[in-house]
Amino acid sequence: MNKKPAIDSIRFTLDGATVEAFPSPGDRLSQALREQLGARDVKIGCNAGDCGACTVLLDGAPVCACLTPVHQATGRRVETLAGSQATDPILRALAESFQDQGAAQCGICTPGMMISATALLRRNADPSEEDVKAALGGVLCRCTGYRKIIDAVRGAAPKVRAGAGKVGQPIRRLDGAGKVTGAEQFGDDVAPAGCLEILVIRSPHPRAAFEFGDLEEFARATEGVEAVLTAADVPGVNLHGVLPQFIDQPVFATDEARFRGEAVAAVIGAPQMIARFDPARFPVTWTPLPSVHDVDAARGPDAAQLHEGRADNVMCGGHVTCGDVEAALAGADVVVEGHFQSGFVEHAYIEPEAGFAQIVEGRLELQACTQAPGMNHEALVLITGMDRSQIRILPTGVGGGFGSKLDLSVQPYLALGALKTGKPVRLAYSRVESMQSSTKRHPSDLRLRIGARRDGLLQGMTFDGVFDTGAYASWGPTVANRVPVHASGPYRIADYRARTTAVHTHNPPSGAFRGFGVPQSAIAQESLFDMLAAKLGIDPLEFRILNALDNGVPTVCGQVFAQGVGIKPCLESLRASWAAERAEAARFNSEHLVRKRGVGVAAGWYGCGNTSLPNPSTIKCGVRADGTLVLHQGAMDIGQGAGTVIPQIFATTLGVPVGALTLVGADTDVTPDAGKTSASRQTFVSGKAAHLAAEALRKAILARMNAAPDAVLQFGAGGIEARDAAGKHRLDCAVMEADAEGYVLRAEETYDPPITPLDENGQGAPYAQFGYAAHLAVVEVDTALGTVTPVKFVAAHDVGKAINPMLVEGQIEGGIAQGLGMALMEEYIPGRTENLHDYLIPTIGDVPEIRSILIEEPDAHGPYGAKGLGEHVLIPTAPAILNAIHHATGARIRRVPATPARVRAAIKALGP
Amino acid sequence: MSYHNPTDLPSALELIAQGDGKVVAGGTDVYPSAQPGSAPDFYLDVTRIAGLSGISEEADGHIRIGAATTWSALVAAPLPPAFDALKHAALEVGSVQIQNAGTIAGNLCNASPAADGVPPLLILDAQVELASAARGYRLLPLAEFIKGVRLTGLAPDELVTGILVPPQPYPVGTAFEKLGSRRYLVISITMVAALIGLDARGHIAEARVAVGAASPVAQRLVGLERRLLGTNPAKLVIGGGDLARLSPIDDVRGPADYRLEAVAEQCARAIRRAARIDRAAHE
Repeated sequence: MNKKPAIDSIRFTLDGATVEAFPSPGDRLSQALREQLGARDVKIGCNAGDCGACTVLLDGAPVCACLTPVHQATGRRVETLAGSQATDPILRALAESFQDQGAAQCGICTPGMMISATALLRRNADPSEEDVKAALGGVLCRCTGYRKIIDAVRGAAPKVRAGAGKVGQPIRRLDGAGKVTGAEQFGDDVAPAGCLEILVIRSPHPRAAFEFGDLEEFARATEGVEAVLTAADVPGVNLHGVLPQFIDQPVFATDEARFRGEAVAAVIGAPQMIARFDPARFPVTWTPLPSVHDVDAARGPDAAQLHEGRADNVMCGGHVTCGDVEAALAGADVVVEGHFQSGFVEHAYIEPEAGFAQIVEGRLELQACTQAPGMNHEALVLITGMDRSQIRILPTGVGGGFGSKLDLSVQPYLALGALKTGKPVRLAYSRVESMQSSTKRHPSDLRLRIGARRDGLLQGMTFDGVFDTGAYASWGPTVANRVPVHASGPYRIADYRARTTAVHTHNPPSGAFRGFGVPQSAIAQESLFDMLAAKLGIDPLEFRILNALDNGVPTVCGQVFAQGVGIKPCLESLRASWAAERAEAARFNSEHLVRKRGVGVAAGWYGCGNTSLPNPSTIKCGVRADGTLVLHQGAMDIGQGAGTVIPQIFATTLGVPVGALTLVGADTDVTPDAGKTSASRQTFVSGKAAHLAAEALRKAILARMNAAPDAVLQFGAGGIEARDAAGKHRLDCAVMEADAEGYVLRAEETYDPPITPLDENGQGAPYAQFGYAAHLAVVEVDTALGTVTPVKFVAAHDVGKAINPMLVEGQIEGGIAQGLGMALMEEYIPGRTENLHDYLIPTIGDVPEIRSILIEEPDAHGPYGAKGLGEHVLIPTAPAILNAIHHATGARIRRVPATPARVRAAIKALGP
Repeated sequence: MSYHNPTDLPSALELIAQGDGKVVAGGTDVYPSAQPGSAPDFYLDVTRIAGLSGISEEADGHIRIGAATTWSALVAAPLPPAFDALKHAALEVGSVQIQNAGTIAGNLCNASPAADGVPPLLILDAQVELASAARGYRLLPLAEFIKGVRLTGLAPDELVTGILVPPQPYPVGTAFEKLGSRRYLVISITMVAALIGLDARGHIAEARVAVGAASPVAQRLVGLERRLLGTNPAKLVIGGGDLARLSPIDDVRGPADYRLEAVAEQCARAIRRAARIDRAAHE
């Protein structure tokens, strides 16, 4: 028998070289690879085999490194992305094709995707789409919608063009190389192995009073514990929030915990201790208290009040009123009404929240995945009580965000941990604690009435929406304000009243999630539009075209755009597909009894930037003494492509190829705040700031060189060269005086979109621009089982100007995948779906062909006419699917997700 | 705590008898179910034990699936048509990553009500072979091996060494139907496996139907099986009485009444497919 002592070394072949590891019994291969062997390209998304991010090849076969006992690798061959790329021609080719297709967005799933694809391509050089799906079905991606990954693995013709990267050119992501080589560092990839780790102690109850035992004794007596953190360790204010009037969430709960998963304390210790520690051993006594979990109970007489000053647990509300809605509805020829509901939706980025903090020369330096470094900075100033100059936020790569990484997660614990111990500290949330504690999409309970005249023109709409905002405010007020502005959809409705209420419950905080409540309201409004069209006997697409907003036509806020309203072209571009797909569905249905096809359409709009609030971005640039041209680009790229699009805008305006830029990313020490990556604002707002900064720099350069306005600039080799009709000019930067940052020339510009406040009726100019979208969905319903299989999407988007058409398509496909998930499978239930096998997001097998149609109706404010896109892409998807289900079966789904059980029940309710 | 990966069965059996050890093969259930702070006395890795991996035919015609055989190895093995349902189920277990590591025996030992491997093995009348150092080998019918939710007949000092499938008396077809809310990586809402043998007239002469995720332990529908004998599979109707042995629960994947209804449809589909009646065209 080969009994082994506990700490023995094992050897295996890692990417061609023999390596030695010293694991503890039961350690996972992923742990050894990441922490002992430096293979941080092996990503941990769930530690349960549900996401496939940690996929490696073991003797050539893909396995989850998180499920493989490292001892099992003994004597065997392990291959990883980063380690095998140099020697494996298939991996190298995949690295090119992934970049040429835009198949990596945030990049956190890319190593797992590429290594899985390698195993496939070794045995099948020319795989079919089905082959690729079967091979990659075990790797989840939350960004791309998978279509470009399929294309990349199958070696489709590149979507990029080589070139200067001018506005309008589909070029590779500028940060793509790090994603396809595994070199990019995400939140959990920056800490040195072996540094102190943090374990957050969380409430196991949705509401509980609690009392700590002897924490000092616990820390002293427990081997490996360095320190314990509680509210008592917060030097500043023990609160955080994202809106100034709503800073209500404790870093550590003090009186009682208000949701399951709320932090009450943290243990800092050596990695071995943290890995083996059972949170139940922490000295805290819980007293569960009665809790409320839906908006009705929360407003009931027996409900505990969650927050002082918020009677009936109502946090806030919003409303928009125009015209005389009751008179309009009374005079309408047809009125439909409906009650629609949706549950929590989890962001389910594949990278759980993670980061690292240390004290550097007396200052706090924090590296974490975030969508909002500037807001992180402000929040930590409040929590630590430190001067802002003493804190540096240095964001890592972000493995998906979709809104939830706007809020604080690991940051305060890292900051407090580094301050208390004086040592470097590391924290990566487990999948379960990420799902328990992070914000969610607001559950909605919506009641609408919409009227129309016999000729099809809309006449009056009321909207009453109640949103479950969870235990703390987060972005709940934003949802409450944004929804009434958008609930009409992109249509002309002269008589309108929309009211929203945000209600606290003992659920996790609801916050920002791609669309801020608009995807929920669009489900209700677009479903009712189909019901109206049916009652009127009008084709659903033509009904929408008839009522679509246009230039010069007021929105429900009374805002009139003289230009840039592109919804009608979006809808009109679907006409051909609509006719063809409806005919094809009719043919299919005539031949099938159980499986039925349907075609649905829906539209959406979304105002880019904050709702009637200031929303500035600042972009800085400069030229160094050696002629290097530097762009400080602080807009967080969370996969969507700001790090490519904004440089394209800047370079085009300055008149240089994008390759001439040296990029400096977000860093609160050296890069000005480009605002948060949220509200589809980066291409528009930060892009415009980049455009203005480039204009200013170009002007300064040309003035200094006395060159003509149309001069061609070239940077480098110690200076700047300008060519114009008069000939060649040269500016020797080396002899110029550099400022403290080393710049001999510089520019910094801020852009803040023109908006006005909303009055007491919600009238005003809440956004400087809207983007518009219309989706067509084809689905197949198994009427006996209730399963819905999307067959095809056609997606038309008015983006003003597609700065990088490949990235635009990537946003559309990824948004549709998220909309599909919301429509068909995603529902977060606290305490029950806190992992990625009970909470389902679409896999590569669920997303069908997507055809994108780009409409370019330029916007007067956007850079080169560009509009935001990031959120528009999922707003029409779910209602288009629900309308398609109705078309296929006659069953109207009023609560998402449309799970097989719900669809089957709705079909049965129709009767035989 | 220690980690052992013995290469011979006697060593493994000696070890498992020594205390609270955790048997690990593919790790696909061991790690996800691990609780922080609780560790076994030792890990016993069974993947290197000689003779425990792979599929072979015994002298008496039984097919032996070694306890450490992975789903992928099963899919790749040349097997008679009776194993089609099992192979289909293998391709529906998690993902390629899970199929490359997870084992069929591990699926049985984990005893989840939604284990994809159980219904296809129930219709094959599979037996589980257990071994202990103290008592040697014993065989248990699969239906007796799995006793409840996460509960098996495995004694503390025993290991599963293999799964034995008896030869089928005459040509049969099998089919597997899995219902989930998405493609890949999905825990079944319900699943059905069927084995059908037809007589010369095309009527059912042998019928075995098993249902998973609709009761604490996957069930053979023996009443339905008896009723099917002698009937024409093209005229099949499944009624509520056929499903009387099932007791599905409401959970996040679906309510009980939906599960029962879905199972009836899946039974019909699985039986038709096993009988080689292709209704897909007009379904």
